[in-house]
Amino acid sequence: MAMALRNIGRRVGLPLCRMRPFSTATCDVENQQSAKSINLYSAINQALHIALETDPRAFVFGEDVSFGGVFRCTTGLADRFGKSRVFNTPLCEQGIVGFGIGLAAMGNRAIAEIQFADYIFPAFDQIVNEAAKFRYRSGNQFNCGGLTIRAPYGAVGHGGHYHSQSPEAFFCHVPGIKVVIPRSPQQAKGLLLSCIRDPNPVVFFEPKWLYRLAVEEVPEHDYMLPLSEAEVIREGTDITLVGWGAQLSIMEQACIDAEKVSDFHFSVLLINDNSEVHN
Amino acid sequence: MAIWRTRSSRTIANHIRKCMNKGFMGGAVVNQSSWSSTLQSCSLSSLSSHRLVPQNCSYLHPLPCNRATLFSLQRFKSSVAERQLDSFFSSDSDDEQSLDFPGGKVTYTTEMNFISESSHKRIPCYRVLDDDGELIIMDSDFQQVSKEVAVKMYSDMVTLQIMDNIFYEAQRQGRISFYMTSAGEEAINIASAAALSEEDIILPQYREPGVLLWRGFTLQEFANQCFGNKADHGKGRQMPIHYGSKEHNFFTISSPIGTQLPQAAGIAYSLKMDNKKACAVSYIGDGGTSEGDFHAGLNFAAVMEAPVIFFCRNNGWAISTHVSEQFRSDGIVVKGQGYGIRSIRVDGNDALAVYSAVSAAREMAINEQRPILVEALTYRIGHHSTSDDSTKYRALDEIDYWKLARNPVNRFRCWVQRNGWWSEQQETELRKSIRKQLLQAIQVAEKTEKPPLTELFSDVYDHLPSNLLEQEKRLRGTISRHPKDYPSDVSV
Repeated sequence: MAMALRNIGRRVGLPLCRMRPFSTATCDVENQQSAKSINLYSAINQALHIALETDPRAFVFGEDVSFGGVFRCTTGLADRFGKSRVFNTPLCEQGIVGFGIGLAAMGNRAIAEIQFADYIFPAFDQIVNEAAKFRYRSGNQFNCGGLTIRAPYGAVGHGGHYHSQSPEAFFCHVPGIKVVIPRSPQQAKGLLLSCIRDPNPVVFFEPKWLYRLAVEEVPEHDYMLPLSEAEVIREGTDITLVGWGAQLSIMEQACIDAEKVSDFHFSVLLINDNSEVHN
Repeated sequence: MAIWRTRSSRTIANHIRKCMNKGFMGGAVVNQSSWSSTLQSCSLSSLSSHRLVPQNCSYLHPLPCNRATLFSLQRFKSSVAERQLDSFFSSDSDDEQSLDFPGGKVTYTTEMNFISESSHKRIPCYRVLDDDGELIIMDSDFQQVSKEVAVKMYSDMVTLQIMDNIFYEAQRQGRISFYMTSAGEEAINIASAAALSEEDIILPQYREPGVLLWRGFTLQEFANQCFGNKADHGKGRQMPIHYGSKEHNFFTISSPIGTQLPQAAGIAYSLKMDNKKACAVSYIGDGGTSEGDFHAGLNFAAVMEAPVIFFCRNNGWAISTHVSEQFRSDGIVVKGQGYGIRSIRVDGNDALAVYSAVSAAREMAINEQRPILVEALTYRIGHHSTSDDSTKYRALDEIDYWKLARNPVNRFRCWVQRNGWWSEQQETELRKSIRKQLLQAIQVAEKTEKPPLTELFSDVYDHLPSNLLEQEKRLRGTISRHPKDYPSDVSV
């Protein structure tokens, strides 16, 4: 897995000052600070630590996040930042997102966790009819741009139809929200920080297959990766493959194998469409 | 107990005879002053808990009393939460064995008792004025209103009435596409707004334009929204009546029902974190309480200890669905306890009662950092909207009864006039002046240009993404090729 993730690290940013304003701007200055080899859930955890550290108006909440979350992404946050900023919510997805919209509408960064993407559907109305239209319907008087909804998605080798769904297509058809899916630990950290600080509501799907499996060097400092920009993972001239999330490592392996075994000589262009704005 | 029964039954009988020829939707609700309601609470709690007897029985003292002493008595007795629940959850005897369970000790019992699906009697409805606008003498439990506030309240109620009439007519003439009146719910609109502070954040449903009116949203601003012109704060994007005003802490109305409730919990949590002396106030109708978001909002607010007032306008009808087809509970007020939320039922057609209940609710929500549920019993006199004809599903008699016998504006006028604060002449002048202002506002709104084409695409995101930019460009191209197919009053 990790071998498919070697040539990342295009954009590494400077540490950010406290109270960073909402902005889509990213830091793209090369920075040679220390990096450690960590897995994807730890990278998410680092991003959440940084998000809470750099903005006193940031909150992390959802089902079971207080003790660290069922996937351990929120480990240590409640101890460090207190129970008023990192807290469990009742088991109610529409409540979590609705509450997050309200919190975000007051100028906070609301980082909501939906335990599995499979359970995001009760919140569909809040996401599609409320979060996505909040700015537009008010003529830009109000917005809930500080809202980021994190949800683990995709197959893990078991789980079937209630623990392995990939519902991103539903959300990609909704104007007003951004949908972002990382493919590696380093991307996960940089993209999640960008999502949290983006002035638009974002649904951030985390490939749970990669939570422990994907390991790579992730800079320890605060950095952001740009949203709404595709990344060319592999140059080629004959076939174009576009993918996102956990699928990319499989696709890259397929490219290598195809080029190796084929009687024909061709190359494959592999594009990572990690964040999508569809209207 | 016996005393309570005698007195309350006399009061009930008296009120029923005097005021309630007809029961509220789904059964007769006793229109009871808090005099008898506190007596009831006293008797119930004294049955269940000896500790409470001395404290609660002090409420008996106000009887009988004269008008002067009335006002000096402790107000907001209703803010002392009733303790009926104690009878279920606390042990009468220390000897009984109990189960140490998460959330607190639970006593064991050998009696197999199912909790009843409803109480013997419906929850009484707090009121201050009778149907003739006369102060119910025995009742001291209300918030005093100054002349200045009372006159503004009445004037705004009248303004709301006239605005509804004129905009409704404008829709009928095809000048605006849609409208919804607040007829019958003027007291709820204005009195609840009057009891709040301007820092309190409103999350409306759609039948509360009076809150905005109270806060100073001008008739011109209302007209601009309904006509969707370029002066509309919402940039002409929403159907008429979907008002919103950042300046007035009034979140923009969204059509989906109940979605604002969990949002109110989040907003209130933010106020709590900022140590603000303010609360969130979210309105909803009786139908909206069936939505999942109602459950989500109340439960979240209770667990987060968020300062929110959930104000339910129970007007008996959700479009054509009668409350008996909506729920089997005693209305909405009883739902609060299920969430651990303090609740009150109030006569929504009694402006003073609404004002007092919301003042007390606000005080509790902020000082104690907790949500409060207010159920106001009222009636939607008008059709659901201009797309509805309510005579197809309800009796004209019923509408007339609420329009005439239980009219909230007339009732409040009687009280204001009885105080010598209002005259027939002021009435005529006010109505004339508001009517004139409204007609003028409509004319101006109608003449004002529609928002430019670019506003169709902006504000979807903070910045226009390339695909929307592309769509906008293509639309301009299409319009320039087929100008006759597009409205001429939209600047391209």
